[in-house]
Formats: sequence, structure tokens, C-alpha cells
Amino acid sequence: MARSAKKSAPRTAKRIARTTARAKPGRRVIVLVATRKGAWLYHGDAARRTWRADGPHFLGHIFNHLVLDPRDGRTLLAAAKTGHLGPTVFRSTDFGRTWKEAAKPPAFAKAADGSGRSVDQTFWLTPAHANEPNVWYAGTSPQGLFRSEDGGFTWAPFSYINDDAKYREWMGTVQDGTPDGPKLHSIIIDPRDPKHLYFGMSGGGIHESRDGGKTFAPLIKGMEVVEGLDATTVTFHDPHCVRMCPSNPDRLYQQNHCGIYRIDRPSDQWLRVGRSMPKRVGDIGFPMVVHPRNADAAWVFPMDGQTVWPRTSPEGRPAVFGTRNAGKTWQRLAAGLPEKQAWWTVKRQAMTADAHDPVGLYFGTTSGELWMSRDEGRKWTCIARNLPEIYAVEAAEPA
Amino acid sequence: MKVLIPTPLRSYTGQAWVDANGATLAEVLADLDCQYPGIRFRMINEQEQMRRHVRFFVNGDAVFDLSRPVVSTDELCIVQALSGG
Repeated sequence: MARSAKKSAPRTAKRIARTTARAKPGRRVIVLVATRKGAWLYHGDAARRTWRADGPHFLGHIFNHLVLDPRDGRTLLAAAKTGHLGPTVFRSTDFGRTWKEAAKPPAFAKAADGSGRSVDQTFWLTPAHANEPNVWYAGTSPQGLFRSEDGGFTWAPFSYINDDAKYREWMGTVQDGTPDGPKLHSIIIDPRDPKHLYFGMSGGGIHESRDGGKTFAPLIKGMEVVEGLDATTVTFHDPHCVRMCPSNPDRLYQQNHCGIYRIDRPSDQWLRVGRSMPKRVGDIGFPMVVHPRNADAAWVFPMDGQTVWPRTSPEGRPAVFGTRNAGKTWQRLAAGLPEKQAWWTVKRQAMTADAHDPVGLYFGTTSGELWMSRDEGRKWTCIARNLPEIYAVEAAEPA
Repeated sequence: MKVLIPTPLRSYTGQAWVDANGATLAEVLADLDCQYPGIRFRMINEQEQMRRHVRFFVNGDAVFDLSRPVVSTDELCIVQALSGG
């Protein structure tokens, strides 16, 4: 069983909470919106009430992720491709006024016998540890892990997993994963230790390294799989989004294909905290969001995962659900959202939180709407409509 | 040789027609990448395969072999495939 937060939270984690996740009153938020047809930046005022749209950037390009480097507060990296061309990474240090393309985007090693894989899309970007400036990690589809040590200009395969026989087995084939290709996502760096890493695979489970990627091991105990399959088989596990709590890096939450989970390290057992969600809603979805200062608080956006997996809001009634007690109970947070006949949903990278107090929550929908809450989900307002399908949303605080 | 660049790649070249040299299609694409860094990877993947929605025509004939010989008087048209979506 997972232990309670108060008992397991170490002193170091409490120090991190005090020093790194404190609210910064007055810091303006820029919402970074990555869509199927380009990127937009929404610049907020100090009160987060009005938003100035800046975009589109790269109209027509498929943007999977757009991330601001929190270590310098000015470097943007974007994972992009087009419908016809291969994937690349763009970089800007002036909030999108100018962009520079990576000289060497993520690419698998060439195989002499023709059996090598080719990156179809870079899907996920994560800045590395605060003590490793200019280092970034990327996850791709087909599933691969990459690292840049020069701020995103050149990328190389990271760790041994991309070509390891066992990991290739766990990664499965394109038929084993998400409809548009299985994805390596949720690359997480422990703020206490740059060598302590996690990542998730949309077909292949969650994995952990404590030695900077020299070795990885599955972390799947307690996670359920689709009915009829064997939960001890790593490749059957489908985490959708994993988040580490900034205020307690020993606690992670996960939205999975088969439920919502929490883990409190050093336990290696995930606990399905989504069991306490309302039965009519269920605990299937894609995004997972954690509170910057309270490890007992988290939010999800449930999705209809019944029968043929419609991937819509349950009953056409979109709602965020939040917990304040580490998943023991969940509250519906839908004030301001459409009350009926709204059949959109939110993808795994398209919901996030800022560091203000109260926390601002943001999500982008498959129908191109951008919503936010200034009060941790109690009331929602729409920032933008009629955008392309939104793939990712990040709340950035520039330097 | 003259090379026609499709619109999705003109952010690299800034123009429709450019000049590139080489004795094979692969060498021409390598020369293009020297002149316009990054352009080749958008067309040819890391396993040296043409990307699914990019096509090459030499003097009007479709070419699927990167080792295909070319001469300086040939004309290369790079086309994004009519693949819908």
C-alpha cells in the first residue's frame, strides 16, 4: 500500500516546496498553445484576466509541444513537423519573434541492415535539471528517448533503451499503441537528483533510472491493464500522463488508460485512487495536473472510455475533477463550462497549472478552445475559441 | 542542376528554383543540405529512406532510388505527395 503523504514526505522535499514552488505574485503568465496547425502564445496581464493572442506561429505546422525553459525564462523549444515533411525542433529566445531550427533533430541511429527506426514526430520536451543548463530531453513516436546538451540545437539518442532488445519488445509496434503512433512521454527529472529520471510510454509502462540513464527498470506494480491481458507484461501498460509533485518529489500521480493512480516512493506500488471517482464519469482520461505547492491536490479531465472509446467528455458534459486529499475523494469542477452537448475532450499535454496563489489552471480542447481558471478550478472562463485542435498547453512565467 | 523546391520547403531556400550539384540524387540532396542546413532531413529519414509524402522527379520521371545518376543538365522536381489531409 502507498503510504500517506505526511508520513512519506522527507525534509528535503519540504525544503524544495519552500524554495522552488512558492507563488510569485505579479509574475505574468504566457500560455503556450501547440496545435495541429501551428502555435499561439497568450500573454496574460498581472491579474490573469485579459489575454493577448500572439499567433499563429508556423501556420499549418503540426506542433506537439511548446515549452519555455524555466532555467532562463526566455528559451522556447517547439516540437514540430508538417503533414508531408519530417520532424524537427525550433528554438526561440525572444518569445517567437524569431525562430532557429535545430541542426540535428532527434533521429534514431542508422541501422546498416535496414531494420532501423525513423522518428515520425518528436512528441514531448522536458528541460533537464536546474544544475544542467542547456540540457533537454525529448520523447518521440515511434518511442524513443533523446537528449540535447546545447539548448536543443543538436540531439542524440539517450541511454541504451532505443536499441535494447528488451525495451524494443516492451515498446511494441505501431499497432500496439496510440492511433497516431505510440509515444514516449512524461519525461520527469527529480529536482533533488539529475540522475533520477522517469518516463512513460503509451505502450510500454513507466520506467525509472537512478543512475542517469545507465539503467532503467519498469515501475508498473499496481497498475491495471485492459481486461483479458496479463498485468505483469510490461508492454500492455498504457500510462497517458505522469506528473511529479514539485512540493514532494516522492509523490507522483498518473492518468492511465486504466485509471488514475498515485505512488509514494520509496514504495514501488501504484494505488488506483480513481476508484473514488463517480461511477458515471469513471477514471479514464489523458491529462494529469498537480498543484505546485500542495502534493495532496491534483486535477484530471475525465473522458468517455467506454465501448468504442469515443474520446469525448462523458455524456457531453465536460468537467475537471480535483482532489484535495491525494485522491481519496474527487470534486466536480465545471462552473462556467458548457452544461450539455459539448463533445470535446483534452489531450495528455493540453492541461497545466501556473505557480500563482491561487493556482491558475489551463486546458485546451480538441475543438480548439482554450479555458482557464484563476481559482484552482472553481470557475472557468474561455480565453480563446476557434483555434485548431489543441495538442499541448503550458503555463510559462518569463524571466 | 536546376531543382524545384516545393512550397513547404521554401522557408529554407527563399525561392522556388535553386541550383545544386552532384552525380547522383543523393549527392544533389547532400549539396542542398550544405546550402540550406536541415532541408534534407525533412525529405530523407535517418534510415536513408524517402519520407512517405515526398516525391522526386528527374526530367519528369519518378525516382525512388537515391543512387540514381544525374547530370548537370537534368532538372529535379521535389514534390509533396498528393496524400490528402
